[in-house]
This record gives sequence, C-alpha cells and structure tokens, in this order.
Amino acid sequence: MGWQRKILRVDLTAGTSTVEPLNMEWANAYLGERGLATKYLMESMDPSVDALSPENVLIFATGPLTGTMASTSGRYAVVTKGPLTGAIACSNSGGKFGAELKFAGYDLLIVHGRSEKPVYLHIVDDEVEIVDAAPVWGTSCWNTEEWLKSHHQDPLLKVASIGIAGENLVRYACVVNDLHRAAGRSGVGAVMGSKQLKAVAVRGTKGVTVDDPKRFMAVVAETKAKLWDDPGRRGLEKYGTNAMIDNMHGWGGLPTRNSLQVQFEGTEKINAKAMRATGEDGHRNLVTNKACFGCTIACGRIAKINPTHFTVVHRKEYQHASGGLEYETAFAFGAECGIDDIDALTFANFIMNEQGMDPISFGGTLAAAMELYEEGVITDADTDGVALNFGNAEALTIMAEKTGRYEGFGRVLGMGSKRLAEKYGRPEVSITIKGQEIPGYDARALQGMGLGYATSSRGACHMKHDVFEEDMDDVSGNGKAKPCKDSQDRIAAVDSTGLCWFTTSAWGLEEFAVQVDAACAGTWNADRLTEIGERTFNLERRFNLAAGFTRADDTLPQRFLKTPAPSGTAEGKVNELDRMLPAYYRERGWTEEGVPTNETLSRLRV
Amino acid sequence: MRHVIIGAGPAGVVAAETLRQSGRPDEVFLLGDEPEPPYSRMALPYLLAENVGESGTHLRHGNAHFQKLAIEVRNERVRRIDTSNRLTILENGHEIAYDRLLIATGAHPVKPPIRGMNSEGIENCWTLADARRILAAAKPGSRVVLMGAGFIGCIVLEALAARRVELVVVEMADRMLPRMMDETGGAMIARWCESKGVPVRTGTRVTEIARTNGNLTLAVDEGDPIEADLVVCATGVAPNIDFLTDSGLECGDGILVDHRLRTSIEHIYAAGDVAQGPDFSTGGREVHAIQPTAVEHGRIAALNMAGIDTPFRGSLSMNVLNTLGLVSSSFGLWMGTEGGERAVAADATRSRYLRLEFEEDRIVGALALGLTQHVGVLRGLIQTRVRLGAWLRKLREDPNQVMNAYLECTQGSGR
Amino acid sequence: MHKALLIDPLKCTSCMQCELACSFEHTGAFNPARSRIKIFEFEHGARSIPYTCTQCEEAWCLHACPVEAITINLATGAKEVDPNVCVGCKVCTIACPFGTINYSADTGKVVKCDLCGGNPQCAEACPTGAITYVDASWTGLDRMRASAVAAHASGA
Repeated sequence: MGWQRKILRVDLTAGTSTVEPLNMEWANAYLGERGLATKYLMESMDPSVDALSPENVLIFATGPLTGTMASTSGRYAVVTKGPLTGAIACSNSGGKFGAELKFAGYDLLIVHGRSEKPVYLHIVDDEVEIVDAAPVWGTSCWNTEEWLKSHHQDPLLKVASIGIAGENLVRYACVVNDLHRAAGRSGVGAVMGSKQLKAVAVRGTKGVTVDDPKRFMAVVAETKAKLWDDPGRRGLEKYGTNAMIDNMHGWGGLPTRNSLQVQFEGTEKINAKAMRATGEDGHRNLVTNKACFGCTIACGRIAKINPTHFTVVHRKEYQHASGGLEYETAFAFGAECGIDDIDALTFANFIMNEQGMDPISFGGTLAAAMELYEEGVITDADTDGVALNFGNAEALTIMAEKTGRYEGFGRVLGMGSKRLAEKYGRPEVSITIKGQEIPGYDARALQGMGLGYATSSRGACHMKHDVFEEDMDDVSGNGKAKPCKDSQDRIAAVDSTGLCWFTTSAWGLEEFAVQVDAACAGTWNADRLTEIGERTFNLERRFNLAAGFTRADDTLPQRFLKTPAPSGTAEGKVNELDRMLPAYYRERGWTEEGVPTNETLSRLRV
Repeated sequence: MRHVIIGAGPAGVVAAETLRQSGRPDEVFLLGDEPEPPYSRMALPYLLAENVGESGTHLRHGNAHFQKLAIEVRNERVRRIDTSNRLTILENGHEIAYDRLLIATGAHPVKPPIRGMNSEGIENCWTLADARRILAAAKPGSRVVLMGAGFIGCIVLEALAARRVELVVVEMADRMLPRMMDETGGAMIARWCESKGVPVRTGTRVTEIARTNGNLTLAVDEGDPIEADLVVCATGVAPNIDFLTDSGLECGDGILVDHRLRTSIEHIYAAGDVAQGPDFSTGGREVHAIQPTAVEHGRIAALNMAGIDTPFRGSLSMNVLNTLGLVSSSFGLWMGTEGGERAVAADATRSRYLRLEFEEDRIVGALALGLTQHVGVLRGLIQTRVRLGAWLRKLREDPNQVMNAYLECTQGSGR
Repeated sequence: MHKALLIDPLKCTSCMQCELACSFEHTGAFNPARSRIKIFEFEHGARSIPYTCTQCEEAWCLHACPVEAITINLATGAKEVDPNVCVGCKVCTIACPFGTINYSADTGKVVKCDLCGGNPQCAEACPTGAITYVDASWTGLDRMRASAVAAHASGA
C-alpha cells in the first residue's frame, strides 16, 4: 500500500488507454514519483529521440505518500525528455491535481505518441476517455480548467493543462494545474503540446490506504508537529519564498540585468515586505497565503494587482486574485530584467500561469533580449516597436502576453535564451546551463550552487541540490563536491516520495523514511532512501548520456566562469567549476568524462 | 384534553410525538387502519429489494416506543366523524370523542379504469400487505409489467429491478416522471433505464388486461400486447377523504388547511398527504404528498393543537429519486415562472443535468440529475430566498457552481 | 454543555488535512471524496471555506427520515446516521437546507458529520485553527447559526 499498484498508459497515436499493474520490483528500487518515473521513462523510450517528436514519452507520476495525510502530500512530477534542454526533465508540482490522479487509482500516467487532433484526457476512476479538445484548443489554461469543470459539470474536477504557449511549443511551456501551480521547468508543457494533448482532467474517489494505518497516523502527527515548529516553515508561511530576495541581494548573489550584476537596487520594491505592505490607496499585493494539497507549510501566495495599475486598469478580467510572486518570479522578472514594479511583475506572473510558461526561463530569455537590445543587436524592428530596455515594466508585460499568445517577438522569446542568443550570433549572453535559464542564485556568489547547476540532470536548477549552507560558509570551490553530490541524492529521494522539498528545513531523510516505512510494505530507512536517490540520479545521468550529453555540457555560462562578480560577497571572484567538477565526479564514482563506472552502476543496481 | 389522530403514517406519528413533547398531560390517540405497527410506505421498495426486513420499514423502533410516550396506538378504521359532537365513529360502531382532531389519513392508490384491472396478479405497491404479495410473486425471471413511471413507479422500478425480474415499464405520458422532471431529464432517465436493460414504453396506454391460466396479457394502444406474470400498478394516488363526505369539511383535492393546519371546522386539523395546505412557492394551496411535508405538517399541526401558536410558511414541493442508480431531484418551481430566467447544464452522454429557475436574483426551482453532493442547498437557496447578487450571472454561465454560490451568499466572509 | 465545530474561513489555507482526517476516520482510507467536511475555494484560492454539518437544532434530516435512522447522540449532540437502519431513500438529503447530509452510492446509505463521537478529527488535523471544537456557547458560532435560523424561519 501507499502505492495504488496501477499505472495508466495512454497511446495518443492509437487513441487507446490501458491499465497495467505497477512493476513492484521497480517501485521497490525507485520508490515513486521522480525515481520511478525515470525508470519507466528509460524503459519506455529511446533517449536520443527529438523531445517534441511522438516518440518522446510523457509521464505524470505520483509518489507513495501522495494523497496521504503526511504534510505536503500533494506532489506529482512530470517526467519526460525536455525540449528546452534535450535532457531528462523532471518538473514537479503541488496543488491538488497529483493527489487526485492518485485517488483515481493510478501511481503513474504514461502518455505515448501524438494525437492527430487536439484532445484531452478525462479520467474518472476507472473510466478513461480521450476527448476532442477543439472547444478549448487555442485558449488559456484558466479557460481550459473552467470549461472542463463546467462541461463535465464537476467543480471538483482537477485539471492539468497547457496554454497557448504549450500548444505552440514554446520551449519553456509548463503544465499548469489548479490555476496557478505548475510543473514549471524544461518545457514539459511543450511536450504535451507536441502530442496535441491539451489537458488531463481527473476525478478520483478511490482513496489511498497505507500499510500500517495506526503507525502512519502516529508518525505523521509527529513529523507535522516538528515541521510546524520549524522557523523555516514559519518564514515560508508568512513571507513565502520571496523572503529570499533580500538575502540574495545582500549577499550579492541576486542575478541582476541578465547576470551582468549581482545586486538589484529595486529589491525592496519587490520583496516579501513590499508584497505585504498596504499602500496609501489601501491596496495590498498579498491577499493571503495558500497551501497545496496536504501541506501544513502554506508558502503559496495569492495576490491582487492594484486595480489602478496600467496593466489592469482597463482589464477587469485581471483584477481578481490569483497566484502571486514566488522568489524565482520576483528575481526573474524583477532583478534579472531590472524591473521594480511589483504590479507589473504580478501581472506577468498571472500571464505565466494563464498561458502556461516558466517564469524563470521567460524572465531569463527576456533579460538576454534586453541585453542585446541595449547593445543594439536587437532593434525595434525585431521587437514590434517595444523598447526592450532593462527596467521597462511595460515591456515585460507586453512580451509576457505576446509570448503567451505566441505573437510577434513573443515567438522569438519563446525559443528560450540559448536559441535566441544563437539566432543573434551572441551565444554568450544566454545565461543557461544545458539550455535552461538559471534561477535566482549567482554561481559566483554561491559556488556550490554553480556546481549543482552544472551537474543537475535538467540543466540550471536550484531544486535538485542544496549546498546553501556550505555556500554561505565559504565563497570558494572548496568542499562543495561531496555536499553537492549528497544533497542531489537526498533530494532525488525526497522527490520520489510524493512530498515537498520545502519540508527539509525541518525534516531529514529519517523523517521521510519513517513515513514511507509506515505507508509502504517492506523496510524503509534513510540509507535505503539515499541509495534510491543515488540510483535515480545515476539513471538520469544514463538517460542524458544516451541523449548525447558529455562532460562538456557540465559547464556554466562564461559570465560565471570568466567575468568576476562586480560586487557583493564574491566581488572579484569567478566560479571555480574546474576545481569542483573532477572532485564531484570522483565522489560520484564516475569517470573523468562524467560517465558512471560499471562498479558504480552495479553497486547501485541501476 | 384528548387529541385523536386518524392515520398512523409519518404525519400522524410525528404529530403524536410532538403533542407528547409539548409537555401537557393530554391524552393522545393514534388510529391506524392497517394491522401493522406504524410503518413508512417510503421504505417498502427497500423491503421489496430485500435490503431490509419488515421491521426495517417501521417508523419507530423498539416495541415500547409509543407506550413509553403514553400514546394510545389503536388498529381502528374510522367510518366517519361527527363534528357537532366531536366524535370519531369507528367501523365497528364504537366512538372516540375528541377535543382536537387531526386527520392524517394519507392517500390511496388509484387504478385506471381499464377492463380486467381487478384481475388476480395485478398489485399496487402501497401497503405492507401489497409488498408481501409482490415479494411472493416477483421471482427472478418473472415477467413483470410496471404501469406508471411517476415518482412512486420509479421507486418501485428500482426495487423490481433488484429482484431480477424481466421488467417492462409502461407510462401513459410522453416521458418518465412527468410531474417531477422536464422532457430533458425524463428522456435521460428513460435512456438510462434502457441502457440498464429495462425497456420503457412512454406514450403508451394499457387498454385492457386479460388473464388466462395465470398469464396476464396487456393490450396497449401502441404496439404488440405485453405478456406478464405480474402487473404492478403505480398510476397515481388520491387523498383519503371519502369518509368525510358528509362532515362539512371544506375539501379541494385534499382537505383544505390554513397556515396553522386548521381545517374549515374548529378544532379539526389535517396533515400530510391528505391535506391541501399552503405552498411555499405559489402561495396557493396544494397537496404535496411527500415525506418532509408530512413531517412538517404533523409537527406544526400538533403544536397548534397543543395551543402553541405556530405558523406554517408553506411546504416546498420536492422529490428525490434513485432510478437504477441515477439519482434525480426536483425542487419548487422547477418548471419555471413567467418572466423568470433559467440556467441549464445538460450532458446526455453522462446523464448529468442541472436546471435552475430564477425569479429576479433568487432561485425558485431546480432539477438535478446525477447530483448527490450537497443537493439540499437547492432547498436552502429556494426556501431562504437568498439574493444571489453577482452570483446570478455566474450561475447562468455554470449552474454547477451552485454550492459555491450558496456558501458565499450565506456563509460568505469578507476577506 | 455540548461542543460544536467552529469554523473560521479566514484561517483556512485549503490544505485538505481536514478532509483527509475525516475520510480516514470514517473509511480507513485517505479519500477526500468521502469526507464529510468539504473545503470550497473561491477566486483562485483567495478564499477557502470549510463546510460541514452544524448539528442544527432543527435537525431537518432527523425529522425527515422515514425509518428513524438518524438519532441524536446524547453525549455530543451530534445527529448520527445508523447505517444499519438507513434504507438509502435520500429524503434527508433534500430536506437538509444546508446540503450537509449526502448520499453515498458506494454504500447505498447517507453520510453526515457525526463529530467523530466527540473527538472530531478535522479539528484535530487542522493546522491553522480554522476548525476548532469549542463549547457551543462560544459567540463565534452565532454567524454560523444565523443561516440555520433563516432557513428555519422560512421553513416553519
């Protein structure tokens, strides 16, 4: 138990769906969600195929704790080959969709092929229909979700969908569920678009049971109590993730103006305090905080744009509340684009959710375009007459909408910064790793973060490793390899449980292990979880190697490696990847070329 | 003071209990004309489906319930009432005097005037005795014709299907449930029945029933005759008012009562299926032969009989039904009002239907198919006359938001 | 003195712990579809309202039941459904003007909040204090009761 022991496989080319038993051998070796989906992906496709071809496989995966009473039990992952990177993509999301898929009776939903015409999946427990999506194709995620609930006369239907961006294969289109939660990174929404799959609408009434209910309830009561008292949790509840922006600004690790700078002078206009402040006109950006399914942290922000702001003053349809700024959005639209207009940031964030785009990648791509515009490489002729200067709030909101609707210069921005920079002959302005835009941490000021960026299976990413403390302790490449490797494995395990990484300020793997152990048959301890994490990470590596990646791709943008940080804690320093990477490979048991050795693979039984 | 209640159905039983709970040491007589403990006709289908035994149909459990409350339950049939001398005159000639009288005699089934309708093998499904006969006759594989697909017919349909008989439904009207469903809903229910293997012949009139060697042959005006082992007749009911012919009580379809459940003669009240009382929706007087009305009638009549002045704001016509697993419900003025607005969401392939009827920004009626969660708020919204304000527009676009509308309009907290 | 569930929507984060706890208590599985308390969300989650039976004085469900399947637990004041007596006629589901007693096709019976016999698991599980179990005299209950009174005034 914990698992539903069933997977749903849909072949969009054939228009069929089949239910098969979960491979318990794999479940025992990879647990669930990220790990298990990686195993299924590896066994279901050739990693070298084009990410946007019908041969790519798209997996929605829950974990054994998804849908249970463990805190943060709403997680699911979308695992596929990412069109932004060409590497394995694992984007996880909260909201209520993942738990609902589990309640319908499935651990995984695996989608193959490509439908001839746009379709959506309608799943109500055992009933699975592939339905013509014509009424919602060409519309936003918000419209799609509303229409599906209304059409199926079920306000409790849970929906994961793509917007116009995903339909048009915007390289960083995401899968949006529950209006403003998203499997955000690496373009997993474009994979849905390439398959002509507009949405998955699911309703489940089967429930989830656990192996030892009594012990499970006792254990989750304890872990929830521990989490509740944790200062990290309290901070997330009150300030959300955007509490981070002050830290990074102060540290000099806040990527600003396409990472030309590391501190943003407009920080206090867009930080968590600004979101909470009531203005003279009585308007406050933050409406409330909100939890995902099962979550006792509730870091989510619900915000409102000031109704007098230029973005919405004549557009009542955006005057309602919706998902507000997370740190990454505040960084990507704010600091990285040099914009300090909190309402413009919030509006652009609404558009990201409405049309299904990753704000980190959009912000990073826009920032690269802004640098090229200021240099004169990109001109008004390219941008439909919009002045793409750093700091232009209106440009941000216009381009968010153009990209969301796939219009004009939005089509170029939709390529992502790597392809955009190449198009204009200036690849070095793309601040990406493996083609994916960086999140809000400068790799010079956070050296271990840089190593994590370079070695993450999905390109630049802040969610797959945690070297934060070590980075704060020492602004150099010293001693980063092992904590980077260990945290990557630890997080890969956490990502395989169905729970959220944000619990880890309070919980170590022991806390995850006792919960898994009470929920699932067999014996589960922290060591076993660590091994599952490492196994998963190595399997991801094998996928990427098979997809054509080499050591040369485990690198950072030249700006981090060659240009010293202009200010802050790391002033004058560059990232010491050259020193860290070989040590990291050794820690991993990989060759100097970054290939897992046979010993490593057999030790991990990959 | 002595209260006499004629009729031991839900209205009578609730009235008797309410009288006792009103705290006065009055005498309470409860007269029922069936040789059974007070039971619920509503529960008979579940007896037929063998979900419960006979005791499961009883209105109250525990042998001593009425005794403990000092309610005198008698198995007596009343022949007539003598209003000038305040007497009930029983079939056996005995008399029971009353100070306050409650008539809660319910209704009786009406068979259509068809030749052969009184043959053996043709049953109503109204009393426990009827149910026992049907239980004996409706064996798995028996050919059974159900005449009438109204509310009662459809409940019986469910029970007969559960007995795995070979069932055919015949309904005179052009659709199932003509009085609680519109054409869209009725058609969905008929299609649902067909899909579950129960043929439904609407717009079909039985013209004659002939019985030969235990075989019943039903001649119909449309199509071939139908052969059957058993016919169950559910073609309608009428209030039991015949015994009041010379009483002087004003009657329409039923006994006319006012907002205190008083009849036209002092100290006489009426409640339940026999009473034609205030209708919440129209302000007129209607017979609402439904359980909630019977119970409310019984309670309010009793309070007034006990001297506790209690007004009745009118009953809301409403029904809920399970037809082979498809749950349907109707409330108030579901057919709409002149000049009112309507919101409809219908999905025939999934048998989902919701129809809301508005007057200004209030809901006055509703129909629902396939809705089982929070269905009661439809009553709440109608009966509290909640103003929907901005929710009117939203409900016109998507009537399935009705629960959210209810919550924000009644529990809304301004954040 | 009976206790009652006091719901403060302003504190609700829509985390669903109450629905998980309720369904687990009553079915042994984590299954919000079977929860007797439901959270309703408004405006992209800007407002969330947990909603369940208030164990109202009028007890519409209890009175409407034709077979006395619904009785009052004298210890808690809860109106409880006895599944062994309920025939599944659903009359209570249309009689209750709050919509808080519902038919379950799985069991063929109706279900409603029973206050878990005096230890309501929803309140136990709620991390933010949006659902608490308090003395029924607590003034905060007044607003919740107001709608019950309104329905009562119209109905009787």
